[in-house]
Amino acid sequence: MIEMQDAAYGYGATPILSDMTLRLAPGSFHFLTGPSGAGKTTLLKLCYAELLATAGTITLFGQDANGLDRDAIARTRQRIGVVHQDCEFLDHLPVSENIALPLVVAGRDSADQDSNLKELIAWVGLSGRAHARPPELSGGERQRAALARAIIMDPDVILADEPTGNVDWDMSLRLLNLLCELNRMGKTIVIATHDLALIRAAKAQVQARVLRIADGRLTAAGTNL
Amino acid sequence: MTLLLDLIALLKGDTQADRIVPRTGQTARLTAAVSGAMAFLAVFALALSLAAGRLADRWAEALAQSATIRLSAPEAEIEAQTQAILTILAQTPGIATARALSDDEQRALLEPWFGPDLPLADLPVPRLIEIKETAEGFDALGLRQRLAAETPGAVLDDHTRWRRPLIDAADRLRLLGWVSLILILGSTAAMITLAAQAALALNQQVLRVLRLVGARDSYIARAFVRRFTHRALTGAGVGAALGTLAIALLPRAADEGAFLSGLGFQGASWLWPLTIPPLAAATAFWATRIAALRRLRGLR
Repeated sequence: MIEMQDAAYGYGATPILSDMTLRLAPGSFHFLTGPSGAGKTTLLKLCYAELLATAGTITLFGQDANGLDRDAIARTRQRIGVVHQDCEFLDHLPVSENIALPLVVAGRDSADQDSNLKELIAWVGLSGRAHARPPELSGGERQRAALARAIIMDPDVILADEPTGNVDWDMSLRLLNLLCELNRMGKTIVIATHDLALIRAAKAQVQARVLRIADGRLTAAGTNL
Repeated sequence: MTLLLDLIALLKGDTQADRIVPRTGQTARLTAAVSGAMAFLAVFALALSLAAGRLADRWAEALAQSATIRLSAPEAEIEAQTQAILTILAQTPGIATARALSDDEQRALLEPWFGPDLPLADLPVPRLIEIKETAEGFDALGLRQRLAAETPGAVLDDHTRWRRPLIDAADRLRLLGWVSLILILGSTAAMITLAAQAALALNQQVLRVLRLVGARDSYIARAFVRRFTHRALTGAGVGAALGTLAIALLPRAADEGAFLSGLGFQGASWLWPLTIPPLAAATAFWATRIAALRRLRGLR
């Protein structure tokens, strides 16, 4: 699904990530940990081709990421849901339209969207906030809206970058439960976080693999913290 | 192919896609205002160009194939020399008709300068002989030489000396009108490009979100292109309509103000201003498309 073979990334002569070899299998659950600035966000960006490897190979759904043209990258992103810590929205549109945005840009029939959209909004607990504008949402509501937007296209992979960074513990658990549920549905989940408590909570629910980045390298990978 | 899709999308419209671009007030107003102002000016440049063209044609037609002979001679000889000139003219190939102007006709010609009570008989006013050429024209050099030999007081004026600069001036005015139109079009493109770039810079977050959720560049660009093209079309439509109205309301002067009263459109040329709004829209289409695609290339 997503594979890295000796992948590296750097700005000019400064390496940020080196020798990254990784395989995200279908239905797997991964935590990406490491200190701030270790390169977790960079690794996630390599996974959805926002950044391109400066060395080695990254394969997205069987295609070399460096060989994808801009349209192919757009198509690939329709198969990858991304949730950022400071998730961005189209602030002039209501939450429901923001969540439906991937369907709109993919040209999906709006009649089919309505019932799925309502179900999804209810599933993330935003039924009462569907007509609110994103700036009116709390941090937790924004994260859930971003998660709903990330999964509305039924993607194969969900990448979450510090999804619980701006929310309290209860909301963190709620988001984690949603992601675990998605994993049980067969989605591949990658969560970048430095919140060890969150990882422990997840391991009670799913078989999660923990990847640790330090000094620009994956220094440990396994099921133990 | 993408361009064709863009054009189809532009004509068809896409309500849902149009909503992804926020209605940013300033750039919207700027685009519409610039298009309107430029279209207004374009109507005048067009009117100037067409009027200059008509003027050049009129002068060319009116003065072509005519000539005048001025005869200055002593009172006692003037009739005999006039007859001699008319005889020469009758024998000259390329001359259709020739006749001496009557005293009344000469008085009418001088009336604007000297008033109606001009004592023509007391003044040394030369006798004027009007010549109409055939389509082939006559040999002016040969005629001048013969007149100089047989009637030394006669001077042939075939109008070339002062007709050519007038026609040249009118042609230059017509050219300036077209150059003005091109400059107006270029300025419109530049202003709309700036407005589009400002809108794209303001909406950087929109662009990032759209790329993140899998929107293709052409889809994103199309949404901006539609918005700016519609604004330009609307603004230019209003500007062109006001410009045409202003031209139509120009006061009509008599012959004394022939040039100013001629500044406008005649007959089918009233349809020319209709081409300005689509031209402004096409300019906006290209300017925004190029700006949007260039901006998007900076995003992954």
